[in-house]
Amino acid sequence: MELTGAEIIVRCLKEEGVEYVFGYPGGAVLHIYDALHVQQDIKHILVRHEQGAAHAADGYARASGRTGVVLVTSGPGVTNAVTGIATAYMDSIPMVVLSGQVPTKLIGNDAFQEVDSVGITRPCVKHNFLVKDVTNLAETIKKAFFIATTGRPGPVLIDIPKDVTAAKTEFVYPKKIKMRSYNPTVKGHAGQIRKAVDLLLSAQRPILYTGGGVILSEGSKELVELTRLLGYPITNTLMGLGAYPATDPQFVGMLGMHGTYEANMAMHHCDVLVAIGARFDDRVTGDLKKFCPEARIIHVDIDPSSISKNVRVDIPIVGSVPQVLSAMIKVLKEEKLEPNRKALSAWWRQIDEWRAIESLKYQHTDKIIKPQLVIEKLYEVTRGQAIITSDVGQHQMWAAQYYHFDRPRQWINSGGLGTMGFGLPAAMGAKFAFPDQDVVCVTGEGSIQMMLQELSTIKQYQTPVKIVNLNNRYLGMVRQWQEFFYQKRYSMSYMDALPDFVKLAEAYGHVGMLIDRPNDIEGALHEAFAMKDRTVFMDFITDPEENVYPMIPAGGGQNEMLLAGRDEMVSTHEEGMILV
Amino acid sequence: MRHIISILLENEAGALSRVANLFSARGYNIESLTVAPTEDASLSRLTLVTQGTDEIIEQIVKQLNKLIDVVKLIDLTEGAYVERELMLVKVKASGEQRAEMHRLASIFRGRIVDVTDATYTIELTGTGDKLDGFINALETDNLLEVVRSGVTGIGRGQKALHV
Repeated sequence: MELTGAEIIVRCLKEEGVEYVFGYPGGAVLHIYDALHVQQDIKHILVRHEQGAAHAADGYARASGRTGVVLVTSGPGVTNAVTGIATAYMDSIPMVVLSGQVPTKLIGNDAFQEVDSVGITRPCVKHNFLVKDVTNLAETIKKAFFIATTGRPGPVLIDIPKDVTAAKTEFVYPKKIKMRSYNPTVKGHAGQIRKAVDLLLSAQRPILYTGGGVILSEGSKELVELTRLLGYPITNTLMGLGAYPATDPQFVGMLGMHGTYEANMAMHHCDVLVAIGARFDDRVTGDLKKFCPEARIIHVDIDPSSISKNVRVDIPIVGSVPQVLSAMIKVLKEEKLEPNRKALSAWWRQIDEWRAIESLKYQHTDKIIKPQLVIEKLYEVTRGQAIITSDVGQHQMWAAQYYHFDRPRQWINSGGLGTMGFGLPAAMGAKFAFPDQDVVCVTGEGSIQMMLQELSTIKQYQTPVKIVNLNNRYLGMVRQWQEFFYQKRYSMSYMDALPDFVKLAEAYGHVGMLIDRPNDIEGALHEAFAMKDRTVFMDFITDPEENVYPMIPAGGGQNEMLLAGRDEMVSTHEEGMILV
Repeated sequence: MRHIISILLENEAGALSRVANLFSARGYNIESLTVAPTEDASLSRLTLVTQGTDEIIEQIVKQLNKLIDVVKLIDLTEGAYVERELMLVKVKASGEQRAEMHRLASIFRGRIVDVTDATYTIELTGTGDKLDGFINALETDNLLEVVRSGVTGIGRGQKALHV
């Protein structure tokens, strides 16, 4: 039987097992919305802004490991979604975006709501397609899901002109797809793996440094097994938190600009570094010239272009994390190989000395709410089990530092692009994936106002999330840098005329709470989490001038951390001033 | 160092702009770029000349390979290869100049492909250096118009770049 393009789209999504589509209708996608209307299998979630759709689909994908699906109209529908698509791209999140387009005959005519969607999104998608003929539609959708989910995942956009959604053809969904130009390597090279194992075992001061790739590839189980087998210290990037349980003694905390002292010092002094599913981002390495000066480096990554991009490595292994790690474990076990236990215990003694510095210690007071304390209490009240999303800034760093993530996909944040506004829609997406779990959006009064309208979507679909607003009346991270590097000239970093968040939450049909005393934090959290089926907006009035410590100032090396209350931060050098 | 990268690309709309975009987005330079369909209608062949350190060239090759539309590629400068560029030059050719231009063209094994009372149009093929040499041998005053195709090339020996 012949189906219209719109019907084909819906059928394809069913074939791919899609549960939810996050979107917003408009002229170019009316046929698709009509086809969605007459079926029940795929639930469409009507957001309030297309950027929210992309973030929600992204949050859903990060929480569940499935592909996030977005549907937007042409023109502004696409341009609004671009920030969300770029966010997913930078963090390698599997996503398929269906965008409407003006009819093929009008393309290039500056038609109403026309924009070159394929052109505009090209630099921020893994791949994109413009479907000009309905007979190619099903195969293109199959390809899009295949590309989005395999190799290093990422968003794929399919631009579909309105006439294509009306045209009819026989529907055949390809069972399998093979592309001559796309065939990612998943199995690591056996010789390289062997070499890596030898180097690993020769180490005196080893460390594992792992990133979001471990989570994306579902490699956490293998990572834990390998790490325990070796007894080596392990650090996670911001994107990699949860891949290794944070409460395990072998975990030395997050590394990088706001990582722990012990993680960064161990990185700096290591002699063998094993990077797994991590990409040597500038937030991690600090000054490249000073990065891991004595280390020989093993790098496991599915994306060859991530290897030796910023830091030259000694043993590159291209492949999927779980496959490569299980191959390593196999070699270790079969040959009963042992690391140098004596050197290792000396190394641990050194690490424990660094640990004893307690770099995450902060000043307690009963006068004003310290933001760190809110996260610590949040961790206690949720027994470390909640899914936490965040926006971008100081609150993001505090959430990463003080909430100890013990399982993968528990921590959801925009690490690569650093998109303010991500947290709330992402929390909603995560709640769709796990309706029975507590989902918390840790945010600030700056970030939350960038996607506030999604409070309405959350109401409509009864996806209650808890919002922890660390309200310091400043764009905190901007203020912190201005304090350190611009002699306290707080240019445009103060938030004046803030709304009454309690009333605002209530206006959207939610519960609002204002908490301004440290002693009330715990009670408020208990009260909020007891309201299982309500979205609660907790507005915590926090210390306005609290800073995120420890910190590697821009342009510094990993051994040049500044500690709270111990180091005076006055300036950075000239080279540092031009870094972000 | 100068590298010539030869790419087999899916003959799809937008494929060329993905390559061009990659270079501008990542700050790599393109000295020349030629592209044309191949005997297989589903493939285009693209030849690209770029400059960079070994690290940059390694990244360029990896990033190109990462593009979904790139089927295969080779860095010709890694082995022995033949490189050619086509140039058409319009020069003044009247009076005494006329014979001189003719001689110069033959020295460089050029062919005169169009003639008027006052001009010659000369076709020249060779490496970039040879074409530069011809331009340098001409007096600037005599030069009316130059068009170059950009470099194309092929590896020497039995090995071939195909799908």
